[in-house]
Amino acid sequence: MDVSRSAVSRSEAIRSFKTAAWLGWQITSNWTDPFLFAIYSIIRPISRAAILVVMYGVITQGNFTNPLFPCIYLGNAFYTYVFTVMNGVSWAVIEDREHYQTLKYMYIAPIRIPFYLLGRGVAGFLTASLSVLITILAGVLFLQVSFDPLRANWLLFFVSLFIGVIMLSMMGLVLAAFSLLVVRHASFMAEGVSGVLFLFSGAIYPLEVLPIWLRPIGFAIPITYWLELMRRSLIGNVAQAFPTLARFSNMQLLGLLAGLSFLFGVIAVFVFRYCDRLARERGLIDRTTNY
Amino acid sequence: MDNQPVAEGKKYTGWRLFWHSVVARSYPRVIGQQRDTSWMLFDVIMPLGSVIAYVMVYRALKAPDQYVGFVVMGGAMTAFWMNVLWSMSSQLYWEKEQGNLALYIMAPNSMMSILLGMALGGMVATLLRAVVITLLGSLLFGVQYVVASPFELFGVFAISMVALYGMGMMFASAFLLFGREAWAISDMVTEPVNLVSGLYFPIKSLPFWIAAAASIIPLTLGLDAMRQLAFASGFKIGFLTPRVEILILVALSVFFLVGAKLLLDYTEKLAIREGRLTEARR
Repeated sequence: MDVSRSAVSRSEAIRSFKTAAWLGWQITSNWTDPFLFAIYSIIRPISRAAILVVMYGVITQGNFTNPLFPCIYLGNAFYTYVFTVMNGVSWAVIEDREHYQTLKYMYIAPIRIPFYLLGRGVAGFLTASLSVLITILAGVLFLQVSFDPLRANWLLFFVSLFIGVIMLSMMGLVLAAFSLLVVRHASFMAEGVSGVLFLFSGAIYPLEVLPIWLRPIGFAIPITYWLELMRRSLIGNVAQAFPTLARFSNMQLLGLLAGLSFLFGVIAVFVFRYCDRLARERGLIDRTTNY
Repeated sequence: MDNQPVAEGKKYTGWRLFWHSVVARSYPRVIGQQRDTSWMLFDVIMPLGSVIAYVMVYRALKAPDQYVGFVVMGGAMTAFWMNVLWSMSSQLYWEKEQGNLALYIMAPNSMMSILLGMALGGMVATLLRAVVITLLGSLLFGVQYVVASPFELFGVFAISMVALYGMGMMFASAFLLFGREAWAISDMVTEPVNLVSGLYFPIKSLPFWIAAAASIIPLTLGLDAMRQLAFASGFKIGFLTPRVEILILVALSVFFLVGAKLLLDYTEKLAIREGRLTEARR
């Protein structure tokens, strides 16, 4: 009996995730034709990368061979995942509750809400992947980003990417949980949080630039280790430009990333359960706030 | 008592009606901000976060100190750009979603007065955020300003605002016609405009023709002129002289305000003819 219940529960979770992923993709992409959607998906990260390229070019007189440049460029490119995945998961609450006003129906349907929300983040992951790919290609083709596909550590890349995306999804779930309770500012939450994490994760500058008392924040968040691993997997040794984590080996970084991701995952589950219960008790599931 | 007619209020027509509509529409923007101060947290912290990040990049690159000042000023002007994009250009679309647009069109006032009220209210409310960002950024990073002509600096700022919010008024009608895509368009143009308008670097750093094309966005020339007038070495990085930039900004103001009127007239005609403009499509 227990085995059967567990199988039903697993199938429900998988179904919730898959259906939400498909739904999320439709909502994200079907407002226009595929060409315009592709432009829409890549123009924001490309422009952000271009801002950094111009800033870098102005100060260094166009010296793109400095090892600092690929570190800044790749850190910025991969950071696209942070906002997009977290926002994909948490925005689903706002969109379904306020815009489509369907969240209450989702809650009474035979689905698992956390898996449904995580599934809604898949569209964000796909669009982010497209923009990261194009940003890196542009860097390699036009800006001398020193990336050799034959020398890249692809195993480390995909393992890090996999753990990182799960970690970001769980952080998105925490934001989704808060979105269930917050009245007005939920729509800014992912942007605000990813903006703050951007400052402390060493995405576009080494943590050494920050005042010494702020650096521990960077060491406490898994995104810092994830970005370092993504850089190392593609361009090898980055210690000369970004010395912050030079004393750690790849395996140590991977261990830190996995450990912190697991910790954030556990926190996310408990936070979501708590906020979900509060939202049900207070009757907030079908609330509209004119966001 | 119930049957007693409502006391007859003053009936406004013509310019008096126009002006009162402007005040009425700007009122919730200014007063709303006072009533819900928690917005300030997001409106100040988020642009300030970008400012700090870009300052840190310049610090990592060991850039001259003047670039820190450029970033702080750009960050303050971002507040206006965000306000124009999300609370002007997209506003009629939001009003439609909330059911207010039909009321605006039915009311006897001009739609231009509604847009102007939104612009004035937004400008006043955003000014406070911009001042806070400038103060905090300047204090955090020790930015030094050398203003030779405060009057000219204020003039550039004022005319930049007229042109920028004029553009927002014009886009409000355009975005309304785009319907569901309005949100995506606002989202799509945010970063490219941050890039080409030189919010975080001097616009002169871009190739000439790109900088010239970007000058259609009032933020570009306004910011360039203000940097020239507010920093000791600002004149070295100027794209054009401040005088020329002021003249172009005046021309842009006229262009956008006339464009807003024409596009609004077209939108209203469409609303009457097709009767579908105010329907919310989800």
